[in-house]
Amino acid sequence: MGGAKHFTLRLLLIAAVLGVWETLVRISGVPEYILPPPSSIFRAMYVGIMSNVYPQHFMVTLTETLLGFMVGTALAFMLGTLVALSRRVEYFLYPFIVMFQSMPKVALAPLIVVWFGLGLTSKVINAALVAFFPLMVNTIAGLRSAEEDRINLMRSLAASRTQIFFMLQLPNALPYIFAGLEIAMIFALIGAIVAEFVGAERGLGMLIQSMNFNMDVAGQFSILLILSMLGLILNGMVAYARKRLVFWEVRNTGEETANSSQKGGSI
Amino acid sequence: MNALDRAASPSRAASTDVIAVDHLSLTYGKKDTGVLALSDISFSIANGEFISIVGPSGCGKSTLLKILAGLLPPSEGVATLNGTPITGARRDIGVVFQTPVLFPWRTVLQNVLLPADVQKLDKEKMHKRAMDLVRLVGLEGFENRYPRELSGGMQQRVGIIRALIHDPAILLMDEPFGALDAMTRETMNVELQRIWMESGKTILFITHSTSEAVYLADRVIVMTARPGKIGDVFDVDLPRPRPLEVMNTEAFGAYVKRIRVALNADGGLD
Ligand SMILES: Nc1ncnc2c1ncn2[C@@H]1O[C@H](COP(=O)(O)OP(=O)(O)OP(=O)(O)O)[C@@H](O)[C@H]1O
Ligand SMILES: [Mg+2]
Repeated sequence: MGGAKHFTLRLLLIAAVLGVWETLVRISGVPEYILPPPSSIFRAMYVGIMSNVYPQHFMVTLTETLLGFMVGTALAFMLGTLVALSRRVEYFLYPFIVMFQSMPKVALAPLIVVWFGLGLTSKVINAALVAFFPLMVNTIAGLRSAEEDRINLMRSLAASRTQIFFMLQLPNALPYIFAGLEIAMIFALIGAIVAEFVGAERGLGMLIQSMNFNMDVAGQFSILLILSMLGLILNGMVAYARKRLVFWEVRNTGEETANSSQKGGSI
Repeated sequence: MNALDRAASPSRAASTDVIAVDHLSLTYGKKDTGVLALSDISFSIANGEFISIVGPSGCGKSTLLKILAGLLPPSEGVATLNGTPITGARRDIGVVFQTPVLFPWRTVLQNVLLPADVQKLDKEKMHKRAMDLVRLVGLEGFENRYPRELSGGMQQRVGIIRALIHDPAILLMDEPFGALDAMTRETMNVELQRIWMESGKTILFITHSTSEAVYLADRVIVMTARPGKIGDVFDVDLPRPRPLEVMNTEAFGAYVKRIRVALNADGGLD
């Protein structure tokens, strides 16, 4: 797909949907606090951005998400590597991993806010916690996925364990790791927003909640729009890095790695 | 101490054995319930000798090669290299596997240089050598391509020259030309003979093709199936270097026929 013609069609379709939405809301007389028309949503967006309210809260949520992503994925990569390389570590950590993996991590958000307060720390920790598992699981699966023939080749050259790791296992795991990172990025954003819902002084999640109290539904929609664009951009950044670093991967193997990444468990 | 020594040629007996395999057995899995892949194998390879092994599919040829490469410990018996038991991989052995086993994140040249990287050999010298090898197998112009841009036969050629880059004294080759077309295969056979004659390497060459075995080898070992055992051993007394035309001679045909008969008697033929 693609091409200028298709792109125009896409834009027209979006415009049509918005047009129908606007008309229906106006003629049916649904109140604004139930379903605002698109024009109100865009007005709320414009005002929010121009008054510098949205940009400020946006930066807070972005910071929380990125910090949480970095902390969570760094720990996940280290622990995943340890588990993949050492049967003993795996043996002792396995019960914890299984327990945490099936637990909805966001359910910990209230506790984390109680422990770490209303500020940045609790949001970063929550985002890190949620981002952790998809990457750890994929790191383990990826490092273990090296074909026996390839391991045999390295061994036949009398390669050391370190050489086998860096020259074979790690590059071999990169498609899995990036599939995990893409999910972790979105999960980190979810983790930050949920923690803001629970208790925060700033951030887009906090803004949504205070608008909810004021029945400012148009405002909430405008922030949802911002959040979905933020998710798109963050995901796009990881996808871009993946394309550059995992250049050898033919795209149709993505299905296989995407499947493996679903083992990341619940948010 | 059996058919092998009887089959030994005088020239071979004079030189020293590089590889000696003594009552070797291998069972995959548990001793009682597992698959007996090799049973009581004994033979030896002299320094500089070219040995071909032929045998039906599944008779344990790849298994034997893995043991000699130090990748698989035998269940019983020993294999020695220059008198010391093979317990792990050795740097003076080069292995060509049945499939190319290339790393998709490395270019052709980088794949060829893998053994040099692992063994931390002189970069500049190895680069030059790698380019010579790339030219040798007709892959010039492809050195900076990635494996997925290559045909199956081209990939296998990369796998072969990778085993040569660090100039090992011993080459273990597992059906290296099986995936090549007939023309390339003949060219590769001529090249391999030339490399062997010039370098004095010891080569163990596994193949499904009886004529390839006869063309290349000093000795052809026939293996039998289930469990893998050594059947007949044939000395090939054809003058070197052997031109491809040797395949049309009566003497060559006679060798091929005798080996085919031996293979058939063991109930296997491809
Ligand atoms: N990892 C393994 N685990 C269990 N059994 C195995 C394993 N590898 C090989 N075998 C069995 O051992 C026997 C010998 O296998 P091997 O690969 O050595 O045969 P081969 O002579 O190389 O066959 P081919 O000519 O088809 O390559 C076969 O019966 C096979 O099923
Ligand atoms: Mg085999």
